[in-house]
Amino acid sequence: MADKGKFAMYWAASCGGCEIAVLNIGEKILDVDANFDIVFWPCAADFKYKDVEGYPDGYIDLCLFNGAIRTSENEEMAHLLRQKSKILVAFGSCAYEGCIPALANLTSKEAIFRTAYLESPSTENPDGVLPQPVTQVPEGELHIPEFYETVKSLDQVVSVDYYIPGCPPEPHQIIAVLDAIIQGAELPPPGSIIGAGTVAVCEECPLEKHEKAIKRIYRPYEKRPEPGICLLEQGIICLGPATRSGCGARCPQVGMGCRGCYGPLDGVEDQGAKFLSAIASVIDVGEPGGEEADLDREIEAVMESLADPAGTFYRFSMAHSLLRRARVNGSGDGEGGTA
Amino acid sequence: MKRITIDPITRLEGHGKIEIFLNDEGDVANAYFMIPELRGFERFCVGRPAEEMPRITNRICGVCPEAHHMASTKALDALFHVEPSSAVKKLREMFYSAFYVTDHTTHFYALGGPDFVLGPDAPAAERNILGVIHKVGVEIGKQVIDCRQRNHHVIEMLGGRGVHPVAGMPGGWSRAITEEERQEIEEIAKANVDFALFSLKLFEDIVLGNQEYVDMILSDAYTHRTYYMGTVDEHNHVNFYDGMIRVVDPDGKEFVKYHPKDYTQHVAEHVEPWTYLKFPYLKAVGWKGFVDGKDSGVYCATPLSRLNAADGMATPRAREAYEKMYETLGSKKVNGRYQPVHYRLATHWARLIELLYAAERMLELIQDPEITDPNVRVEVTSTPDEGVGCVEAPRGTLTHHYWTDENGILTRVNLIVGTTNNYAPIAMSVKKAAQSLIKKGTVITDGLLNRIEMAFRAYDPCMACATHSLPGQMPLEVTIYDAQGRVVERLSQYVERV
Ligand code: SF4
Ligand code: SF4
Ligand code: SF4
Repeated sequence: MADKGKFAMYWAASCGGCEIAVLNIGEKILDVDANFDIVFWPCAADFKYKDVEGYPDGYIDLCLFNGAIRTSENEEMAHLLRQKSKILVAFGSCAYEGCIPALANLTSKEAIFRTAYLESPSTENPDGVLPQPVTQVPEGELHIPEFYETVKSLDQVVSVDYYIPGCPPEPHQIIAVLDAIIQGAELPPPGSIIGAGTVAVCEECPLEKHEKAIKRIYRPYEKRPEPGICLLEQGIICLGPATRSGCGARCPQVGMGCRGCYGPLDGVEDQGAKFLSAIASVIDVGEPGGEEADLDREIEAVMESLADPAGTFYRFSMAHSLLRRARVNGSGDGEGGTA
Repeated sequence: MKRITIDPITRLEGHGKIEIFLNDEGDVANAYFMIPELRGFERFCVGRPAEEMPRITNRICGVCPEAHHMASTKALDALFHVEPSSAVKKLREMFYSAFYVTDHTTHFYALGGPDFVLGPDAPAAERNILGVIHKVGVEIGKQVIDCRQRNHHVIEMLGGRGVHPVAGMPGGWSRAITEEERQEIEEIAKANVDFALFSLKLFEDIVLGNQEYVDMILSDAYTHRTYYMGTVDEHNHVNFYDGMIRVVDPDGKEFVKYHPKDYTQHVAEHVEPWTYLKFPYLKAVGWKGFVDGKDSGVYCATPLSRLNAADGMATPRAREAYEKMYETLGSKKVNGRYQPVHYRLATHWARLIELLYAAERMLELIQDPEITDPNVRVEVTSTPDEGVGCVEAPRGTLTHHYWTDENGILTRVNLIVGTTNNYAPIAMSVKKAAQSLIKKGTVITDGLLNRIEMAFRAYDPCMACATHSLPGQMPLEVTIYDAQGRVVERLSQYVERV
């Protein structure tokens, strides 16, 4: 029998949903078991950091890495697993593009600490204690990892071979990738996105699309969508046109606009910018041939009805976007002042 | 001073690490349970539109995203001053019950189960879900997988996604169910009741039928007398979705019963510099450090705590199972209610009673004629300001608290997450187990380390690995240093894999 491949999965700053998504592949997990030796997977198997340190370089054939890079420990593990892995996959939106944790890049570490440990209404901290990388206790020294200023994607700290998008990736997509690898299919060039489609979510979405003409934007609770009809053309924000397919358009099918968890389309670096142009093209700007100033006003009026553009357009892709993070001048929390 | 480092244990809302210090006599001087992670949701949600919170905060945890989704959705009800219709409440609670069934199932079979089914001293390589399946048979293993899958199917059907649901909105739910779907879910709920009864029987046969286990449950190493918290309905029965928060003291006397929106009057959080996680405690008693008893504000919010804090269960079979547990563990009835059970390992039993309750409740709700009401959305008209939403997450009372400007843009956020409630008790349990088990000259064995693990495993701390692990072990490693800080020994509780 041929040698089994070596499989690893690790979470950095992760919610654990990516591991659940892998476990939700059901009986397929037995195929993984049959074709791979698990050599590291804190969620599922009992190997430890020191085991990984002891492996020769390139020992792991396939490593699925999920979670963003938030602390010094996350970064150390990224380097270690890069060194030990032949194929390192940024698995899920956090590792791929920062995901929800990277919304923290709209604020600062100082503001995060202040909120959590000093200003929270349930916190009693008269001495102003904050977590410290090193603490002296009567018995000795205690260490915790350093909390970074900025959340990064995996490829911002080490080189990455493939990306599997989604928050989390849908089980059927994970199965497709694992099947391809198990069957020894030829892999796409490094740097490719796998386990997803190549068109926009709209193409997978069964909702009926007509000529779109938005007069204003509705908050999701402000309007009961007409069933069966594209949400965006009803004025409900849906990032479907700017998002890679693969999920099967799950959210629009229960009446909620897509928020873009599968990331930008091929060749698009910035999902938010892409969505802006998509939405600009569907704004109802009145009769053709009107004054340009009127046109601008129309567009502006519609855009003004959109709450929180940065947090909406970059909900999942902040770390990877051209924006990367809000400029931390002052505390970076929109309140001015010094850090 | 000698130091024993346990790193990594896997997640507890992230990752976890234990430092145990031995004094010159070789006894445990102290133990620290450290959480090396923080993500900062309370800050970076500021500036976001409030209605997005059910979809943002579920990324706090992928193991119980349904709990965050629900607490957040309820916070929106309060924030926007909309009372959901009874049909909406029933639909949400039915969805939430399906989640409880799958979550408690995986914890019992993948995490807690191996210690009992195979025994705490079984070879490490066998103490996992696959070992459980070997021991109890493939047929049962298949039932466990089926149970998870059918309930995840319900979660996806109603919530939009299998992980990270999207359907919650102020005063409503974005999707109703058809009669056809109702019938499908009804069959699933029936299968859940059978499965829960079967699981309780399995527990009784394997655990209660073995005196060694019973002694372990009753032993001092795993006993703490703390306050207990849980949500109760108008009859003081356990409720996961809605109600008042009740706290009982270590003797079982009601200490306080409050509306979730008043939580800051009753709960406060303490900060230590050596961990990123805060330690909640009862404000009226105060933070006295890592000690139990009536004079310490430490409380616990777990399945066992919910049962201790309530007068009983709202469904018939769960009620029977509840009474059986308290009787068997020697609890006496005082003023019509059982006195609290303080044995932390009994939490596993309590979890199975909750599993049965969730299954029965799901069946009740899906058979309610109102459940297919197509009208699941309301119009929101009033100006938002402030709102608290609360549910019982499987791992403890979960509170979301939002403030917004008049446009519904968040200006402030406060969260007390399920597992966080139990941080002090877990830290105490780890220390006590270490102190009871490690004495001068103790040889640190695999089984001994597993028994320390069992001290915190009972809490089902929100380690994604913990509840959903496949082989199902938390990797523990112990490093022993000499007084000069040199490594004298490294031990792993796991034997080499073949
Ligand atoms: S990508 Fe989504 S599911 Fe995966 S770890 Fe990040 S938040 Fe969780
Ligand atoms: S914009 Fe959204 S609702 Fe409309 S077709 Fe695209 S994915 Fe579907
Ligand atoms: S519809 Fe959009 S947000 Fe929803 S799962 Fe698909 S890509 Fe993610």
